[in-house]
Amino acid sequence: MTQARAIEQTRHAVRLATQTDFAEWRDAARRLATNVVPPADIVWSAGETEDLFADGAPLPDVAPNVTLNVPREFIDRAEAVICHSDPTRFALLYRILFRLRIEPNLLKIASDPDVMKLYEMEKSVRRDIHKMRAFVRFVEVGEGENKRYAAWFEPDHFIIERNAPFFVRRFTGMAWTILTPKGTAEWDGENLIVGPPATKADAPAADATEDLWRTYFTNIFNPARLKVKAMQAEMPKKYWKNLPEAALIPDLIKGADRAAREMIERMPTMPAPHHAKVQEKYWSANKTPADADAPAGSLDEARKQAEGCHRCPLWRDATQTVFGEGPQDARIVFVGEQPGDQEDIAGKPFVGPAGKVFDGVLDEAGVDRRITYVTNAVKHFKFEPRGKRRIHSKPNAGEVQACRWWVEQELGFIKPDLAVALGATAAQSLLDKAIPVTKMRGEVLTREDGLRVFITIHPSFILRIRERADAEAERARFVADMVAVKKMMAA
Amino acid sequence: MSVLSTRDKLAILSDAAKYDASCASSGAAKRNSLKSGGIGSTEGMGICHSYAPDGRCISLLKILLTNFCIYDCSYCINRSSSNVKRARFSIDEVVRLTLEFYKRNYIEGLFLSSGIIRSPDETMGEIVEIARRLRVDEKFGGYIHLKTIPECSPELLEQAGLYADRLSINVELPTDEGVKRLAPEKRPETIRVSMAKLRSKIEEKSEPTLKTKKRQRFAPGGQSTQMIIGADATNDADILGTSARLYGSYQLRRVYYSAFSPIPDASSALPLLKPPLMREHRLYQADWLMRFYGFDRHEIVAGRQDGMLDLEIDPKLSWALANRGAFPVDVNRAPREMLLRVPGFGTKAVKKMLDVRRYRRLRLEDVGRLCQSIAKVRPFIVADGWSPGGATDAEHLRARLVGKPIQLSLF
Repeated sequence: MTQARAIEQTRHAVRLATQTDFAEWRDAARRLATNVVPPADIVWSAGETEDLFADGAPLPDVAPNVTLNVPREFIDRAEAVICHSDPTRFALLYRILFRLRIEPNLLKIASDPDVMKLYEMEKSVRRDIHKMRAFVRFVEVGEGENKRYAAWFEPDHFIIERNAPFFVRRFTGMAWTILTPKGTAEWDGENLIVGPPATKADAPAADATEDLWRTYFTNIFNPARLKVKAMQAEMPKKYWKNLPEAALIPDLIKGADRAAREMIERMPTMPAPHHAKVQEKYWSANKTPADADAPAGSLDEARKQAEGCHRCPLWRDATQTVFGEGPQDARIVFVGEQPGDQEDIAGKPFVGPAGKVFDGVLDEAGVDRRITYVTNAVKHFKFEPRGKRRIHSKPNAGEVQACRWWVEQELGFIKPDLAVALGATAAQSLLDKAIPVTKMRGEVLTREDGLRVFITIHPSFILRIRERADAEAERARFVADMVAVKKMMAA
Repeated sequence: MSVLSTRDKLAILSDAAKYDASCASSGAAKRNSLKSGGIGSTEGMGICHSYAPDGRCISLLKILLTNFCIYDCSYCINRSSSNVKRARFSIDEVVRLTLEFYKRNYIEGLFLSSGIIRSPDETMGEIVEIARRLRVDEKFGGYIHLKTIPECSPELLEQAGLYADRLSINVELPTDEGVKRLAPEKRPETIRVSMAKLRSKIEEKSEPTLKTKKRQRFAPGGQSTQMIIGADATNDADILGTSARLYGSYQLRRVYYSAFSPIPDASSALPLLKPPLMREHRLYQADWLMRFYGFDRHEIVAGRQDGMLDLEIDPKLSWALANRGAFPVDVNRAPREMLLRVPGFGTKAVKKMLDVRRYRRLRLEDVGRLCQSIAKVRPFIVADGWSPGGATDAEHLRARLVGKPIQLSLF
């Protein structure tokens, strides 16, 4: 008997005035936790409920000189969980608060049963909030000046107040009311008022636009893809009674199989009467593309033909053919390896990072861009996709060989005094054999047709050097090469 | 021809739009109407306002401006040779429908596409005008997705990006050969170049300008595309190859796979079958493995002789069964990349396990609380107090995990 009285004396009954007032709960919890009142000694309730321990000990004052630190994450989650309809939520929050005093990392232990329960409740509140945003259906009431929008919704939890600002942000320019059995929210265009619960009798009647909405719902549904379970997982039946479109669902499901089968069984029909006219008017002109098997008659024609080039499989993954660029009377032709990511997107050679280096070097060497033609040994970008990026792959000998068709035509039409091979792939293309570029750098080889070919590195080589000083030195050598090229031009 | 009411047109032009899979409204920049006093907001996460019995979410008013079309793509209900009933909305009708639906919270935006009439620029011009009227005249802050017509002029594309949250161009089919065969008037080369142009525009505008240091608005929700699955003979390996190429090349937010669905008044060039929905589902799973689980596309289909994904089990389980040497994985020690490869672990479960691991060791029951189904996971992991023993290599593992065979229904 004495023992029982002792227990009763330390029991605290906390009755919160409202269901969702976090500040009120926090105040009570702070008083209790700083006095180290164990969770088992507290009975929590909210609103007008009757309970057995209503006459427990009064709440103690916050203990002086006790600090109670909790992670911000706890506050955020607790503010959501307090909206849950489960009456045990206050006790759960207190239990976790109490444990956080000595287990500061408790919330990271997602496998702890209390923490799991917390996450579960929070998720349930979040889902309820989300579903309210989705399934509230406004009905237009009144006319002219008095036009407003009203909705009836039945949430699982006490979320009206927490969710109302969303509707303010979205429907700022409208006057609206959302009625629910757990409270109402009203917006007049300037002020938000959260009010007491409403009943379904207050709900507005349907409006004319609902009929258009049902027309849309019926026709956007594809009967050949019936997946009722998937629909119900996201739109559970409990919401259906307040959705104007939901009444159509049973009939749509019933008729789906037949509708789908009819589509499949119906024989293909004759083309529509206007079809022949459309074909004649719009498509008769451009059927056959240029034949790329014969050499082109001009540089422009070659460029046009190359657009549809399938001489090697690289066109499959690339965006477009990147043909050379520059005047047809250019004195020098620079040949690079292949377009990179930027060039592939832009459709122009040497516009990416290596192109920028190249431009800078030409400028420094005093080579006049107006008398140069810039192209690549291979005209399509070869790469390996890696997530959101594309990793450059080196073209193989077959691909280089296939693309010589175009390089040789470019050289044939331009007839430059000098071709500059930027890197090994370009040298291979221009001289039709493998060339050790680092060894023969700076040398000039003369082809059988008399064209002189200057050998140097590809500017991307400079970009790949990690050490800054080394990269600078390499760049200086490249500038020197370009100065040599310029001298050869003058000669 | 009798005059069609808005309701008749809505029936025709939503029916015509339903074969486009995307209804996403996520990923847009945050925006609300507090300042403008209009209506509409986008807050990152998309909201599905309803679901049709096909299990697809309805978040946008997805319609065509018109289903008249000069193209004759055999898989499309709107092709010029189709006998489908035709209709055309006025600009005003689309604007009004969007606003009226939005105000009732039926939708959170507009997804506007169109058949091509007369010329690409003329059609695109009307699409852009609808977006402009909504944004500027009506102060509409909701989501706008515009289907972009590949051949339209750069000026129209620029404006489209200014008003829309997302732009998309459909690649239509996984291979260029497929496009040439089934959509003879479409030019796959032009489609690629248009996607490239969109990427450059999006990149260019995401850089702050020199003068104002502000970013200009251009399709903040990025670009996406769609391809039809099962209308031609392309296998899953090649489809995933195409997706990998598209993600890498054009920075797409999403590639949508749309199981070829029989359409009323179908062309004889196509298989008249039920849409391969399971195949579509497996492709989405494989797509996720590539984007969020660190899988290379080659691994996913390696060992599948016909280059097709296993329809019976998901691609991750399929990979695990073919690579049992990599298991069991110790949940207390394995790196994130390896945890992501365990069948039954999602990215969220993995994150939680990594968090818990910093403070205490994981037992099997802990893992059970963090993932969906411990039965599926058990044979592939080691946890405190748990080792699968020979279960990882058991011959019947696949049969056990697949469960009872479903009896095929007579059709």
